[in-house]
Amino acid sequence: MTDELVAAIVEMRDGDALALTKQRLDDDANPLTILDECRAAMEIVGKRFEVGEYFLPELILAGEMMKQIAAQVKPRLQSPSAAQKRAKVIIGTVQGDIHDIGKDIVALMLDINGFEVHDLGVDVPPEKFVEQIAILQPQVVALSGLLTIIFDSMKETIAAIQAAGLRERVKIMIGGGTVDEQVRGYVGADAYGKDAIAAVALAKAWEHDHVA
Amino acid sequence: MWLENWDELSPAEKFNARFDDWTSPPGAQFASPAIARAYTERVRLFRDAIQLNKPTRVPLHFFSGFYAIRYAGLTVEEAMYDYEKLGAAMKQFNADFMPDALASAMTAGPAKAFELLDLKLYRWPRHGVPPTAPFQYVEAEYMRADEYDLLLADPTNYFLRYYLPRIFGNLAPWQKLAALTDLTEWPLMGSALVALGNPEVQAAFEKLLAAGCAALEWMKACGAINSAIVNALGLVPLTSGFSKAPFDTLGDTLRGTRPIMVDKFHQPQKIIAACERLTPLAVEMAVRAANGARKPIVLIPLHKGADGFMSEKDFKTFYWTSLKQTILGIVAEGVVPMMFVEGGYNSRLDIIADPDIPKGTTLWMFDKTDLKAVKKRFGGWACFGGNVPVSLLATGTPKQVEEYVRRLIDEVAPDGGFILSTGAVVDDARPENLRAMIETGRAYGVYQ
Ligand code: B12
Repeated sequence: MTDELVAAIVEMRDGDALALTKQRLDDDANPLTILDECRAAMEIVGKRFEVGEYFLPELILAGEMMKQIAAQVKPRLQSPSAAQKRAKVIIGTVQGDIHDIGKDIVALMLDINGFEVHDLGVDVPPEKFVEQIAILQPQVVALSGLLTIIFDSMKETIAAIQAAGLRERVKIMIGGGTVDEQVRGYVGADAYGKDAIAAVALAKAWEHDHVA
Repeated sequence: MWLENWDELSPAEKFNARFDDWTSPPGAQFASPAIARAYTERVRLFRDAIQLNKPTRVPLHFFSGFYAIRYAGLTVEEAMYDYEKLGAAMKQFNADFMPDALASAMTAGPAKAFELLDLKLYRWPRHGVPPTAPFQYVEAEYMRADEYDLLLADPTNYFLRYYLPRIFGNLAPWQKLAALTDLTEWPLMGSALVALGNPEVQAAFEKLLAAGCAALEWMKACGAINSAIVNALGLVPLTSGFSKAPFDTLGDTLRGTRPIMVDKFHQPQKIIAACERLTPLAVEMAVRAANGARKPIVLIPLHKGADGFMSEKDFKTFYWTSLKQTILGIVAEGVVPMMFVEGGYNSRLDIIADPDIPKGTTLWMFDKTDLKAVKKRFGGWACFGGNVPVSLLATGTPKQVEEYVRRLIDEVAPDGGFILSTGAVVDDARPENLRAMIETGRAYGVYQ
């Protein structure tokens, strides 16, 4: 039974995946097992992306399926999923930029890999990052941006985190479009990641680094 | 056309006629014979590069965004609304940097015209972004998922009655229009005209006429600015206009980035059919631009076919098939499509270096693609360039830029067929870095 949903997601049959979810919920299946299957499916999707079998369209459709399945399942959940999460990551596209496809892919891949991802969205001002870091106390902050004019936004964001006395508590990675190692030096981040896979590797390397 | 026997010419003859015309532009009034010569020599640089001959020096270009006006101390808002300030800024920038290809005044666009129409497709200064910010595209599903058949049946009708009323607030009443293809027989024509009497529709037309005037005013102002710079400095206005890859018209403008990717699973055949339908429109747009401005090169920015955006197989099916037909259609008219290959194309090179495209007729400017790999496939087939990272221009040092440009020239320029340029549009840079790029090219890019 369970393989059916996993297969539908992995094979990009979104209609089937939603119908199966609905049917399973109608049959009073445990919503948590449905979410587990989603996770298993997304791991396969992520692997295929890493090895170059899947591309952006597959990740985007998979992301859509996750959203829609979660919307169906959530109302049936008694208590929030107890699944063990890895480190907390705050991610957002910095102020002045609204590109979010790359950021969403990074967030999705981190999520698939078990990180607790808090996505602040696009055009996020420095104060918002600072405020959320203070509240959520993440180990990792991921800044995305594609436009050259946002290098200064990244720099200001990191300066604001510093000024709030939070810089030592987080590791900061940057990425997206025209960002590169050169920009990392300019903005004062800890690392630059060239793609979502690099983002996951960085987060994994960093998660045990910090004892605040 | 300016030649009477135009229709009898072969593509190569048309190409030559266009380039000859560009070399001695009608109505140009260069400041001195030396400037006129400098202009002719610059055109020669580009022509030689495109035809895969060795020019006397690597031609110098960069993708000019809003950096030029920033350099001159203008805000984006001023550049959009004050043509006098815009003119002074563009003159100053071009004179200070002297790229071979003119940085055009037209980049800022006719904001007043867009304002009159209440354009929803973008935000710009006075309309949702700060005075210093460039215009910003507002992505949405301007065409809905179930509207492919409407587009396929008649793209112009679709644009008139569905797309334009959505992107221009003040043309919303056009939804009421009848199809203009109704206008055929006496008994049918009356009802087809009725909607035009509707006061709201009439008001929409009045706005459109006013916007037309604003656009004309802008075109005259920018035309005068550009001509003055060309006449004074002998720089070459490189491109005459734009066209688009059919898949990008769908993915960028009509459907949007995410929806087009979902469509690929839900209605792949419709995407393919729509791209086919849009291909002759893309060809016509390019050729019309080249004829109108009497300049042979037309820019085609490539967006959603880059590495990672789809598999190689899908790239061929969804992106390349219609783009290739677009390129072939443009080349057949002796016009040179200049592809601005955004993002990385490392996995696409074997596909795009297509022997069906005649050699020495196209121009490819790359962003993050490895130019050494490009050189391997494109050498002896098509002119290419680009790749100087805008991140380096914005945050690096002149020394780093100089090293980068030297390395690039050493690696890929030796046989000609190469144009020095940036990998992306320059909105932000340190002036000393942009200068280092251009001057290194000027000094180090000389062919023996
Ligand atoms: C799609 C696109 C758009 C879409 C965005 C849709 C959306 N919802 O995001 C639309 C049409 C809206 C758009 C708008 C604009 N765009 Co745009 N856009 C692109 C395009 C074609 C692709 C970007 C993309 O999505 N790539 C796919 C994703 C997956 O890649 P990615 O973002 O780089 O992310 C990957 C990695 O970088 C990394 N990554 C990303 N974030 C992070 C974060 C961390 C921490 C890490 C470790 C890694 C990481 O992982 C991702 C997955 O592997 C690029 C050109 C190109 N091909 O790159 C231009 C490009 C980015 N755009 C550009 C421009 C100029 C604009 C506009 C200003 C145009 C305009 N005048 O309207 C506006 C800007 C609006 C704004 N304020 O943001 C320029 C920027 C140039 C410059 N000098 O700054 C580019 C480079 C095009 C060019 N060559 O000139 N754009």
